[in-house]
Amino acid sequence: MRRGWRLWAAALSVYAFLYLPLAVVVVYSFNDSRLNAEWIGFTLRWYEVLLHDREMLLAAGNSLFIALVSSLAATLLGTMAGMAMHRYRIRMLAFMVLTPVAMPEILLGVSLLLFFIQVLNLTLGMLSIVLAHITFSIGFVAVIVRARLAGVEESLFEAARDCGASQWQTFRHITLPLILPAVVAGGLMAFTLSIDDFVITFFTAGVGVQTLPLRIYSMIKIAVTPEVNAVSTLLMLLTLTLIVLASRFAPDALKGKA
Amino acid sequence: MAPEMSEKTQSSRATRLARWLVSGPPLLFLAVFFLLPSAIMVLASFRYPGEFGGLAPLFSTVPGVLHGLTFETYQFFFSDIIYVQVFLKSFLVALATTLICLLLAYPLALLIARSPKKSRDLMVLLVILPFASNFLVRVYAWMILLGPQAALSQAINAVLALFGLTPVHLLFSPFAVLVGMVYVHLPFMVLPLYTNLEKHDPMLLDAAQDCGANAWQRFWRITFPLSMPGILSGAALVFIPVLGMFAIPDILGGTGDMLIGNLIKEQFLGTRDWPFGSTLSIMLTLAVLAVAWLAARLGRGGKYYA
Repeated sequence: MRRGWRLWAAALSVYAFLYLPLAVVVVYSFNDSRLNAEWIGFTLRWYEVLLHDREMLLAAGNSLFIALVSSLAATLLGTMAGMAMHRYRIRMLAFMVLTPVAMPEILLGVSLLLFFIQVLNLTLGMLSIVLAHITFSIGFVAVIVRARLAGVEESLFEAARDCGASQWQTFRHITLPLILPAVVAGGLMAFTLSIDDFVITFFTAGVGVQTLPLRIYSMIKIAVTPEVNAVSTLLMLLTLTLIVLASRFAPDALKGKA
Repeated sequence: MAPEMSEKTQSSRATRLARWLVSGPPLLFLAVFFLLPSAIMVLASFRYPGEFGGLAPLFSTVPGVLHGLTFETYQFFFSDIIYVQVFLKSFLVALATTLICLLLAYPLALLIARSPKKSRDLMVLLVILPFASNFLVRVYAWMILLGPQAALSQAINAVLALFGLTPVHLLFSPFAVLVGMVYVHLPFMVLPLYTNLEKHDPMLLDAAQDCGANAWQRFWRITFPLSMPGILSGAALVFIPVLGMFAIPDILGGTGDMLIGNLIKEQFLGTRDWPFGSTLSIMLTLAVLAVAWLAARLGRGGKYYA
């Protein structure tokens, strides 16, 4: 079993590589020092600073609002897309749903920037961010919903039809209850993606509106203070909760992500 | 006969209606917010830059105002070696990131796949969990770890000082960019690899052992070739986003560590040369398509393994 021991050692060091950086961020958020260099003593000072940082709170509010609106819309459209992809062979739809998920984010970001300004003549802000977030979230919801539908016996729908159920009745009483966990998981995924998104928001936000990731970005670009550690820790806690919730509703959803 | 017919037409009409009710809204939304913007960008890459940034008009009757379509930006792209160099550098960074990710992910994926079924889900979850933190936070963490006052820099420089060498800066360097890239994309390699390795039949390894193959031979003759599809999908999932990444070089890199993504960002938000930014984006898209095509082609070639 000497080989097994070596495999364990390699794997454990990869786990350490994954967790050590985040642990350092969390630990330093409680460190009573301006510098992220050595441990001085325990403090909650940086969380207090955070609570009084108006700009940060405003950004957090924006992020929540954007995530709520865009994930609701993306859940609706993504569920439809997932159902359509499962039931009908519409090549164009599959292409349009899956490509934004697979391509580098920057491409969607700059093309939407061009589109909003050049074609819609829109002032970049809340609306443009929400529209952009819906666009990139639809695919994730659709993939999760389609995966769920793929695991459903086709005979259930046939039986409903044979019993004389209309399209709507079949949807309402058979399809919807079956896919609901996937819909909820997809919605939570869309919410998380929206709260977390930096790249696409960076290009579609303009100058007026800040989101949490945009605020963090400008903070780490200008001056790193432990306040960033504090907000990072809180953000970790939030997304962690959402991911745990999502995995409760659809255990396979997380695996479908990659 | 007649009522039956009408019933049939009615139900087929309902079916068709349902089809469009379900697929119509997402089709329409994505056509407007994904397809159209992409088309606009292709068009923009053939236009002239505007006098004050943005785009010059397509049509103009005012003499002296640049308008219409042109290949100028594409000529410009190929006329200056710098842009081709940035593309090559981005490819190298993407390749290095992919290889390092593969090297780190393989033992981990193998261990998870060979663990008892009960603990596998937890081990996979532990790989995904760092995703629960914001992308920027994960990058920022390395600003702390690689900073000049951090233990790692101190230790390395102490050793260097022993040999009388000049101290190194870990942060704001190509090294930092590579570390950040690997860190952020590692799970994308672990998950497809694990999904593949988990399906391997352990009987194959037993059979090989009975035939006298040692551990090394069993790995290279059986496990590795069988895992090729997993490696390829993992490689595509790492390589493609790295190719277009601008935030990591922006945060962890120095001024000389520009990649394609930084170049594109600069054109759209800095110099505001939108036609050239669009051209760069089209070139990036072509590069991504080429990589995806290659991965799919290699995957097909290796199908007989699985």
